[in-house]
Amino acid sequence: MSVYTARPRTVRAPSLLRGYYVGLIALLYLPIGVLFLFSINANATLSFPLQGLTLGWYEKLFESEAVLRAARNSLVVAAGSSFVATALGTMVALAATRYSSRSRGLLVALAVLPLIVPFVVLAVALFLLFEQAFDVDRSLWTVGAAHTIVALPYVLLIVAARLAGFNPHLEEAAMDLGAAYPTVLRRITLPIIAPAMLAAWLTAFTVSFDEFALALFLAGTEPTFPVYLFSQLRFANRLPIMIALAVLLMIGTLTLVFIAERIRRSE
Amino acid sequence: MLDRRTTYWALYLPPLFWLGVFFLAPLALMAAFSLRADMSANLLQDWTPTLKQYADLFEAGTYWRLLAISVLMALIVAVIATLLAYPVAYFLAFRVGVRASFYLILLLVPFWTSYLLRVMAWKIMLGSNGVINSFLIYTGLTDEPLPALLYNRTAVVITLIYVWIPFAALPILAALQRIDPALFEAAADLGAAPARRFWRVTFPLSLPGVLAAFFLVFIPTVGEYVTPLLVGGSQGSMYGNIIQDFFSKAANWPLGSALSMIMLVVTMALVLVAMRFVDLRRLIE
Repeated sequence: MSVYTARPRTVRAPSLLRGYYVGLIALLYLPIGVLFLFSINANATLSFPLQGLTLGWYEKLFESEAVLRAARNSLVVAAGSSFVATALGTMVALAATRYSSRSRGLLVALAVLPLIVPFVVLAVALFLLFEQAFDVDRSLWTVGAAHTIVALPYVLLIVAARLAGFNPHLEEAAMDLGAAYPTVLRRITLPIIAPAMLAAWLTAFTVSFDEFALALFLAGTEPTFPVYLFSQLRFANRLPIMIALAVLLMIGTLTLVFIAERIRRSE
Repeated sequence: MLDRRTTYWALYLPPLFWLGVFFLAPLALMAAFSLRADMSANLLQDWTPTLKQYADLFEAGTYWRLLAISVLMALIVAVIATLLAYPVAYFLAFRVGVRASFYLILLLVPFWTSYLLRVMAWKIMLGSNGVINSFLIYTGLTDEPLPALLYNRTAVVITLIYVWIPFAALPILAALQRIDPALFEAAADLGAAPARRFWRVTFPLSLPGVLAAFFLVFIPTVGEYVTPLLVGGSQGSMYGNIIQDFFSKAANWPLGSALSMIMLVVTMALVLVAMRFVDLRRLIE
């Protein structure tokens, strides 16, 4: 042990920093906790003091046709768009990390760019594309197409990190042994990056499932979950039901994110 | 059988096609639409490009004012969120040791929950008979609900800071963790007091992370429209909201497209500025 502490430590500061951390965490969780409280509050108005506990709002939630329909819509859009985003993102990641061709830079730049373009701009642009150029009605398809674009960068980053992390000699060895490159991809590369692809897919799924800014512009008569939730916010008497919905939604996406993080970190 | 070269194009072309159709084409279309005089005709019919929409925008000062206000709001949000996140990142980097991942996850859980829901939670917190007001009345701190909590720019700024703090801590944490501990020992050996060690060693070395956090919050916040929509009301709208208005309430797509183009250009300019200060590739790794 060194006589001097290796870390910039003071005697008083640690407790101060810890207090700050605890306080900030409490503040961060307060609104979420409040949502949870009001989802089991017997009174329909959102004010203190609470009027006793109930699971009635959750019951009403599952009786509502519209809620279940919106949930189904979001699941369909998220499943479809995350599948496409994972496939395309993995292709970009492979082209970017396994080849040294000059043209790969263009594709990578194009694939990461949706992270930077403001959602309102992308929403407007896609709105014009579907309304004017394609002349199609806005629907779950148009929302799904938009979600593939915004989920793609996440897939690319997660899969490319994995591709950069494993030994390229494995692929070279397989090719030296006479395997054609597509065979190497299928038999060596894809099995190795499979966990990263799964994590990427889950991430893309939650990106789509939570996404509101694009969906508000691009959803037609069939709302996704967040769009439906937003449309119901102005009806005060439905608010507790919507809060119960919000809590369930939160638990659902958190579970997915946790699984994705576990897979990503376990590599 | 496909050889390596062919495989490259088989990997390259499908995503390029997809991004071309659903990303580049819409943006190009929006650019074209912003050069239309009105929205009477179909897009495929002949029309003469004109800068009329942009000229109108330049004349009407309100849009520039709103853009300036949005940039200012984003600036405030980014500075405060970064400042508030720094001690947390410092705590996570140097004070928690083996339980670091637990403390980190605890911080990130709010960030992982749905953006819309967290904003909605603040709407319920700040409303005139919302949580904060009813709590204040219940405890007898005030008799009347404070009306000014919701539907103004302050509410938008508070909510956005709340939303961004956990995210802002990440690049700062990464920068702090990259610092070689030997440097602290060296500074201590040379007799630097803790405060001096922080300001002369730790803080300068963490600056890339601080700048990254600032820009990662600042840039997306300029184009924000969801949070103002929920907690801002008509008093708290941002530039993104007028773009939205021209595509919904007041259907004027060419003008909306021109406003949107300006937003796009401003964002790209900010990204270029950010890239001068922050090595974005380093963030990805």
